[in-house]
Amino acid sequence: MDKITLAHGSGGTLMHKLIDSLVMKELDNPILRQKKDSAVFKVGRAHFAFTTDSYVVSPIFFPGGDIGSLAVHGTVNDLSVCGARPICLSLGLIIEEGLDRAVLEKILRSAAASAKKAGVNIVTGDTKVVEKGSCDKIFINTSGLGEVYYDELAIDRIKADDVVIVSGSIGEHAISVLSEREGIGFKTKIKSDSAALNKLISKVLAVPGSVKFMRDPTRGGVATTLNEITASRKFGIALDEKAIPVTAGVRQACELLGFDPLYLACEGRVIFIAAKKDAGKLLKIIRKDVHGRSAAIIGEVTKEQKGRVCLNTIAGGSRLVDMLSGEQLPRIC
Amino acid sequence: MKYVDEFRDRKLIDKVAGEIRGEADTVRTYNFMEVCGTHTMSIFRFGLRDILPDNINLISGPGCPVCVTPNEFIDKAIALARRKDIVIATFGDMFKVPGSYSSLEKEKAKGAAVKMVYSSMDALDMAMKNPDKEIIFLGIGFETTAPTVAQSIVAAKKGKVGNYSVLCGHKTMPEALKVLTKEPGLKIDGFLLPGHVSAIIGTRPYEFLAARGKRCVVTGFEPLDILQAILMLLKQNAPKVEIQYTRLISRGGNKLAMDSIAKVFSPCDSFWRGIGSIKNSGLRIRREFSAFDAEQKFKPDIARPKENRSCICGDVIKGIKTPLECRLFAKACNPEHPVGACMVSSEGACAAYYKYKGRING
Amino acid sequence: MCLGIPMKVIKIDGDEGLVEAGGLRKKANFSLMKSAKPGDYILMHAGFAIEKLKESEARKTLRALRDL
Repeated sequence: MDKITLAHGSGGTLMHKLIDSLVMKELDNPILRQKKDSAVFKVGRAHFAFTTDSYVVSPIFFPGGDIGSLAVHGTVNDLSVCGARPICLSLGLIIEEGLDRAVLEKILRSAAASAKKAGVNIVTGDTKVVEKGSCDKIFINTSGLGEVYYDELAIDRIKADDVVIVSGSIGEHAISVLSEREGIGFKTKIKSDSAALNKLISKVLAVPGSVKFMRDPTRGGVATTLNEITASRKFGIALDEKAIPVTAGVRQACELLGFDPLYLACEGRVIFIAAKKDAGKLLKIIRKDVHGRSAAIIGEVTKEQKGRVCLNTIAGGSRLVDMLSGEQLPRIC
Repeated sequence: MKYVDEFRDRKLIDKVAGEIRGEADTVRTYNFMEVCGTHTMSIFRFGLRDILPDNINLISGPGCPVCVTPNEFIDKAIALARRKDIVIATFGDMFKVPGSYSSLEKEKAKGAAVKMVYSSMDALDMAMKNPDKEIIFLGIGFETTAPTVAQSIVAAKKGKVGNYSVLCGHKTMPEALKVLTKEPGLKIDGFLLPGHVSAIIGTRPYEFLAARGKRCVVTGFEPLDILQAILMLLKQNAPKVEIQYTRLISRGGNKLAMDSIAKVFSPCDSFWRGIGSIKNSGLRIRREFSAFDAEQKFKPDIARPKENRSCICGDVIKGIKTPLECRLFAKACNPEHPVGACMVSSEGACAAYYKYKGRING
Repeated sequence: MCLGIPMKVIKIDGDEGLVEAGGLRKKANFSLMKSAKPGDYILMHAGFAIEKLKESEARKTLRALRDL
């Protein structure tokens, strides 16, 4: 295809193919090739993590958050899941001509509050204004610098019988944003799960060597994230459908629109992979945190189905859970 | 009673699965066709094939409106989408479906106005809020969806909404089922009939199937519904039309909905992708409502539609071949670059097999 | 074809109504069925209430399965 479509941005296979065929081809270097949530590298004896993310969510205000808080949480989390303590963030704003000043103020206040709560400073930034129609109200880019304090994350450490833990119920961010979109519209009490997880993660990582790998299931959801982990590996992952925490509201929205919650973005959740013997201890720690109350063990690493993710359904059957190929679209059939 | 979790009860599922194994005669094979795309999805989603004995084959049928919509319909929708003051409103299902040369998704990337809606009434609403644009709704779906679209046209006429119209591609089930029973390559012992279409049309339209020796059960969509229906099919001695989905279906159907269809639409011959033209299997908008018929209003001009010759979606839809027997399957045709509609549609057999194939091949 | 989900009727005013399931509320069009009232469960498809669900039949079905 010679045009970039929305499907290329949705976190699934099309996006990965775009990155591999274009981005990696042009920019290739060893650190970029890590393809982690943050680039991790040493400068002298200092061990850094560095990440960037752009936020284009629409609507910019949604139940449980806004583009400002989302931008801070997302980048803090990308650093944290690489075992890094966030040191500082940058904040780049691209504002559409005609945006209300009051709206900008509200967003900045929200970003500031989120940063303060996470214990991180926004130390530099940029502001651009573009002509009406050139962007959708406001786009935000945040980059983050962190210091690595947990050095034991490696996909190579993952073995059969390890467990997969999710820190809470899934899909709330995606549904809260969708509920406000034109053409779908439904009333729900579902709030985005967007949150800074650096404190939760540091508590978990205090158990030395326990966490083998972490990732936050954002665009493309849990399914895509787990497929990224198993891709080309000598292990597979088997999920237990009845163990996956999904709130009633998200479940209903999925039934209504024909969505699979495993593909819905979360913005305040982490997936941990750890040895079975540590699972109980880690679960206890996560559940003590306000952002981890509904944490659960959702599956395990297997020798079978190498490179793939499987779901054992509530009916006793099973099916493959592929990476999201484009975007999940609402259906009536 | 919430009507969902109760019909997903694991203990009952295990029990019915056991009954099915006990009832199925081990020396023979049973071929049951599940007509409706939503059944295909449900079976795949819950992994129901895993809990059925190997001698029961569930064959996917042509009840997938996306799968049977001919390229010509998409080509017309695209021709209209390319016009400056037209907005195409569509169910999400149609967005990625390839036509002869392009898809609505690709056209949107090039700047066409294409919006996804949950209901035809949302499209009508859009028309009322945007009087300077024409909103054309893509009318796809069988008898469950047709009355809802009919109502949007009735409401548009009542409200004198001059900028709303429908590109009508609705199809009806019974005539297609008739064609299937005459298909030489197809050995079907029984049908899992579409539960929601039947909520509208009742069960009488299917009686000819029993007369032709086919066992029939009108089936709901939860795991217990499908399993119970299979058990009922196994137990039928003389072929008849039974209702499994008793909590929703009545033999007479929904008269108000059927009246709505009859008021706005009239039967016409319709081209089913992969099957060909079937008499009286489609709906077209009646003359009294021609002001809301996008085809009449705009007469979309299209190049000669073409279908891919290697695509065997037709045979797959009729249950004669499985996706694994298609040369293009998982090679030139996959979810990111679909050639045929069976791959694009989330409920198409090919899309389902694509996710399954890793397991079938180990 | 025909993704439809059971939802409970909260209120009806002429052809317009509000339905709910799992805390999710949505507008529904009732012009295709006249006999629904608040508390009933209907099948929701493409923004319309298509038909009423019968609790007694649902229970009968489950009982028959339990009695197998």
